[in-house]
Amino acid sequence: MFEISPAEWTAILLSLRVAVIATLVATPFGVALAWLLARRDFWGKSLLDAAVHLPLVLPPVVTGYLLLLTFGRRGLVGGWLADHLGIVFAFRWTGAALACGVMSFPLLVRPIRLSIEAVDRRLEQAAETLGAAPWRVFATVTLPLALPGVLAGMVLGFAKAIGEFGATITFVSNIPGETQTISSAIYSLIQTPDGDTAAARLVIISIVLAVGALVAAEVFARRATARLHGQ
Amino acid sequence: MLRVDITKQLGEFSLAASFTSEGRVTGLFGASGSGKTSLINTIAGLLRPDRGTIVIDGETVDDTATGIHVPSWRRRIGYVFQDARLFPHLDVRQNLDYGRRMNGLTEDLAQHRRVVDLLDIGALLDRRPGKLSGGERQRVALGRALLSKPRLLLLDEPLGALDESRKLEILPYLVRLRDEAGVPMVYVSHDAAELRQLATQIVMLRRGQVTAFGGVKVLTAGG
Repeated sequence: MFEISPAEWTAILLSLRVAVIATLVATPFGVALAWLLARRDFWGKSLLDAAVHLPLVLPPVVTGYLLLLTFGRRGLVGGWLADHLGIVFAFRWTGAALACGVMSFPLLVRPIRLSIEAVDRRLEQAAETLGAAPWRVFATVTLPLALPGVLAGMVLGFAKAIGEFGATITFVSNIPGETQTISSAIYSLIQTPDGDTAAARLVIISIVLAVGALVAAEVFARRATARLHGQ
Repeated sequence: MLRVDITKQLGEFSLAASFTSEGRVTGLFGASGSGKTSLINTIAGLLRPDRGTIVIDGETVDDTATGIHVPSWRRRIGYVFQDARLFPHLDVRQNLDYGRRMNGLTEDLAQHRRVVDLLDIGALLDRRPGKLSGGERQRVALGRALLSKPRLLLLDEPLGALDESRKLEILPYLVRLRDEAGVPMVYVSHDAAELRQLATQIVMLRRGQVTAFGGVKVLTAGG
């Protein structure tokens, strides 16, 4: 029962790789966007906010299909990227990472935004009077104080990315060794006559990963509070 | 030297202030709502005047006629707020060092020691702001502002958040600062007794207008 087969290992490692890359690439964008939403007022802000949250409420199959239309070989962006930069997303693990990154983006951004909003603007003002230009205020005051929120967002985004299914399978299908993540492997296994035990193993691994991520996110959130109070 | 001649509209409230001060400590005196904090924030560059000029130490930092507005991070001022505003993620030593780092100044150990001794904060250097008393916090904030080597030190009711005994604890440090640090100060307060001890010149504000300007004597005249 507890023997993990090579095929399952492949799916687990692929899931980890996809989720790690998705999270690392999405984080700088997430921080920038969270800062914009938390600290700036501009035309179309609520529209942008809604767009960020869209993957959370759209059916994943719709998001996956839109990704296929945009980033597929014949897609507007996908075609250009393939012709000019040699980057291909369709039916590749990179496409799985893109799908996971998009689907987990709202979960990544939210804690970061909240933690930036919680940073006292009066501290940023104090930094300014001490000679810090705006980007240095961000780097030395805002970001360090929001750091636990950034980590919490990364952990939540990672957890979401590792379990993503609908958009991924729609966009890049379910190819063992290339795009078959834990979730799509489970999906395949429960459709195979003797797949139950293998599916159960992967289910347990998914649960462990998800619970671990939630605990980690909670720990970071507590650290954030301590940090803001200067203990 | 500090020269201020500005107007600023803030909602319903209009601020109009004009004075030139050569004094070591210019006291901005007025009741709450008289525009003291708006005025000092304008001098700091945190607010932009609608019209007028501000000249600090010979440099024009605001001139609406020519469109000059030097942002506060390039004004080389020190600002001590009523609520110290120490950085909670940094210890006292790092807080003190912040202005020096941001202004790209070389380390000046003699100056550092002088300020630490002057304010008696040597024992606090490794502590986090959360572990300091209100009075200690305010002393560290004073040190932090001084160590950025400002050409003008702005203090907005630095004793306002402290109880009577804490005030008496800090006041001597402020007197020493005035006599030993050699940095001109603008000191905001609604407490005439405080200003009598510290200020060398007084700007009296009432509903956004300067009603009197002169030596500390104006405090008794205006009430």
